[in-house]
Amino acid sequence: MFENFDLQKAIFGRLTLESIPYHEPILVVTFIVVAIGGAAVLGAITYFRLWGYLWREWFTSVDHKRIGVMYIVLGLVMLLRGFADAIMMRAQQAIAFNGNEGYLPAHHFDQIFTAHGVIMIFFVAMPLVTGLMNYVVPLQIGARDVAFPFLNNFSFWMTVSGAILVMASLFVGEFARTGWLAYPPLSNYAYSPDVGVDYYIWALQIAGVGTLLSGVNLIATIVKMRCPGMSMMKMPVFTWTALCTNVLIVAAFPVLTGVLALLSLDRYVGTNFFTNDFGGNPMMYVNLIWIWGHPEVYILVLPVFGVFSEVTATFSGKRLFGYTSMVYATVCITILSYLVWLHHFFTMGSGASVNSFFGITTMIISIPTGAKLFNWLFTMYRGRIRFELPMMWTVAFMLTFVIGGMTGVLLAVPPADFVLHNSLFLIAHFHNVIIGGVVFGCFAGIAYWFPKVTGFKLDPFWGKMSFWFWVSGFYLAFMPLYVLGLMGVTRRLRVFDDPSLQIYFVVAAFGAFLIALGIGSFLIQIVVSIKNREKLRDVTGDPWNARTLEWSTSSPPPVYNFAFTPVVYDHDAWWDMKEHGYKRPMGGFKPIHMPRNTGAGVILAGLSFITGFALIWYIWWLAVLGFVSLLATAIGHTFNYNRSFNIPTQEIVETERERTQLLQSAGA
Amino acid sequence: MKRFYIFALLPFLALLGGCNAIVLNPAGDIAIQQRDLVIISTVLMLLIIVPVMALTAWFAWHYRASNQSARYEPNWSHSTHLELIIWSAPLLIIICLGAVTWMATHMLDPWRPLNRTGPDKEVAMGAKPLNVQVVALDWKWLFIYPEQGIATVNELAAPVDRPLNFKISASSVMNAFYVPALAGMIYAMPGMQTQLHAVINKEGTYKGFSANYSGKGFSEMRFNFLAMDDAGFDKWVASVKASDAGKLGRTEYLDLERPSEAMPVKKYASVDPQLFDLIVNMCVQPGKMCMHEMAAIDAKGGLGLAGNNIVQSLEYDKYARRGDEPVVKKSYVASVCTKTAPMGMDAQAAADVTPVSSTPLVGAGLPQPGMFQSFARKPSNS
Repeated sequence: MFENFDLQKAIFGRLTLESIPYHEPILVVTFIVVAIGGAAVLGAITYFRLWGYLWREWFTSVDHKRIGVMYIVLGLVMLLRGFADAIMMRAQQAIAFNGNEGYLPAHHFDQIFTAHGVIMIFFVAMPLVTGLMNYVVPLQIGARDVAFPFLNNFSFWMTVSGAILVMASLFVGEFARTGWLAYPPLSNYAYSPDVGVDYYIWALQIAGVGTLLSGVNLIATIVKMRCPGMSMMKMPVFTWTALCTNVLIVAAFPVLTGVLALLSLDRYVGTNFFTNDFGGNPMMYVNLIWIWGHPEVYILVLPVFGVFSEVTATFSGKRLFGYTSMVYATVCITILSYLVWLHHFFTMGSGASVNSFFGITTMIISIPTGAKLFNWLFTMYRGRIRFELPMMWTVAFMLTFVIGGMTGVLLAVPPADFVLHNSLFLIAHFHNVIIGGVVFGCFAGIAYWFPKVTGFKLDPFWGKMSFWFWVSGFYLAFMPLYVLGLMGVTRRLRVFDDPSLQIYFVVAAFGAFLIALGIGSFLIQIVVSIKNREKLRDVTGDPWNARTLEWSTSSPPPVYNFAFTPVVYDHDAWWDMKEHGYKRPMGGFKPIHMPRNTGAGVILAGLSFITGFALIWYIWWLAVLGFVSLLATAIGHTFNYNRSFNIPTQEIVETERERTQLLQSAGA
Repeated sequence: MKRFYIFALLPFLALLGGCNAIVLNPAGDIAIQQRDLVIISTVLMLLIIVPVMALTAWFAWHYRASNQSARYEPNWSHSTHLELIIWSAPLLIIICLGAVTWMATHMLDPWRPLNRTGPDKEVAMGAKPLNVQVVALDWKWLFIYPEQGIATVNELAAPVDRPLNFKISASSVMNAFYVPALAGMIYAMPGMQTQLHAVINKEGTYKGFSANYSGKGFSEMRFNFLAMDDAGFDKWVASVKASDAGKLGRTEYLDLERPSEAMPVKKYASVDPQLFDLIVNMCVQPGKMCMHEMAAIDAKGGLGLAGNNIVQSLEYDKYARRGDEPVVKKSYVASVCTKTAPMGMDAQAAADVTPVSSTPLVGAGLPQPGMFQSFARKPSNS
């Protein structure tokens, strides 16, 4: 049996020097830039001796606030990558006319649009909303941390691990060339034998573990850890939407895990679930992936609906209109989101009755969504609206999202979908709801809660620059795509034969450039805000005169969030406390029991990365080794009994006294 | 703020007026009805979208903090009347739209044979549609005209005002068959057949393409759709027949289906009448068992253990188009030949097969089945 033994293959699997794309100039330049940037960052961390600090205070932290911030940082870093892909696509499509092949060969272009979709959904939008939920939910319900603090840290690092796998595919091997949902048979071994789809599968599987566990965690937190007095119908709306989102995560992500597992069986051991032969059926994959995929859309958008509810009520200085109907609308959306998946493939040949059933259920979702919109509208009505940055994003959202909602319902009419499916009209539609909804919402949320996280507000000038660039850039980038869709232009095209289309793509590319300025302004905004932090400082902990519990504690909140667990009587708990002349307790503090930091999450995620990488490259010994170490570490960690500590009373007294002094110096 | 959006939209409205929005201005009756539906639905929704946008702008402006004269009621948060309206207004619109959707989806179902070719042109009883078999290949389109006995690559022609019946399949991966001027798209899937009934009402040359990403050569997977009068179509058929491109048989097809990009138009004067069925059943390659045969045998209880041993390794394959050594060698099931069909069974012969012996077939050229190569069903007692 040894005559065919190939030592190199046994050690490195199918990883060879050829797998490093040094022959592709664009990637080489990217690599150099990334390497220089990375070296600069790592060098700076080493120079300022920050490794110990980062490891002790951040990487191993089980504090939901720190983990929330790390999620958002991850989302923003990956936004840069996902957006770089977007601008490359826009540039290619703007020039590939009149026989011009553009600058991207198919091999590269097809990876870019796949990576763009995967990164933007899984590693930008998901971390941003998870980060917001992680930071805000425990504070809003008056808890000191999430239900399972270690699990939270582990979930975060699993997401990072998936993100790093996707990034690794840029420089080692290649990414999938299948589109972001990797439909078989194209994604099956027969037509995509390279490592691209394997990178896709393992990145999503690893990150999916993180997402699922963080879903479990937040459900347990919201169900079990609300402070006294906070019945379900007194929860802030953001917490409600977070609850529904995490229910969706827990119900939907196992389907994704399952369908990707079946696809990997097809690819690795030659089963025939989704092949053409032997009774395999690719249509089953399309169904399963969308049974996850459609709820996923609501997983992203529900939390930002919550953000908009908080922001609208706060900046209108008014109770949220129709709290109860808001909650029921959210629950309706949660349930209905499972009954619409087939609208993603009306054109696959289902009968008319099936198609119209799913078309109509899709339209029905627009009713609770519409009700939510009206609720925000009537919250503004007879309010006193302060147009701070979060509120500007909210109004832009309300005006933009309705357009996306309208085109969405249009696409839900099956015969209309037959002419618009897979066209740039569809692309414009879902960017309209995802940028106009999720992205605007995340920016609103970041601007809204930033002073809570840091103790100072974001710089308004650069915030407004970012806002106007984003909004105008969005319209310029995507309105032409609606028009192109009506001209019968389909998605994922690399070259075009009709020169009259070019002007639209040029306008869209200019829009993307404006969005780039918007992202740049946002980054400048953060730097400028940190520089001017003393001027932007808020010592009250409640800079917006807000309504929910997170604003009752200091900014940034102490590790233990609340020295005493609050008791609430109203869904606008903090507003209610302010109305009734709430006084901060000044004494009687007791030691607080808190979870201890642990490096286990980082190690487990690192081992997952190694296992995933080995499976992608068929390095079987490493995969086995990685997986065994993974199990051993996980089991070993269960024997770690040193998991919590008490914050001594003295420390709490100190912290609270400092806050009292600050409040007094501010003249409060 | 509102003003800004309007300005941002202006140039596009101007462009929309000047552009050739084929989806809004198609040439086939089905596509025209679909276009009408797009417009009706949009108008229905604008009934609620426009007031919402106007109210948003108005409230945002009127209740701004600096306008101290506006009413301020910080605790007003409930109104049963308003709630009734905000739930029922969208509900009413969705009821209308839902009714329209139900009817239109059934009327415009691509599987449904046409009963009209235009607003007041009924299809006569017993009138035969023109049948066209469409196959999405890597990366070009094959059109087979079974009645005319011809085939073309990357060019489709049809007479105006005659019902067209497209049967659609694919050779390797999913594509979507789409001629925006004619009718909506439908997926083209390997091993399966979808259908599209449509009609073209105006002469002209229209664009058709794949509307579902299918790999490297996808961008150039285009064809021209020539709509002509009856005489013109007959002339076109005659010209294809007169061309010296020869016959499209199984061998030529296997050659044609190999991946190629931006392929020029090609015409075949004659075509193997069984070819499309063989493509749909994935058995163009001689000696490979067709899917309908396999299904028929399985329905009768399977071949028993013998089924294991007719699994053969694939030698030439379209699978290797990306070039790599497979982990698991791809295999296929060899066909069972009969006297009447020496290259494999037809459907009737397959239905007649009863399993006789469950002893494994052994012999040269029949490899031992690997553990993942096949999961044959246990023989039943029938």
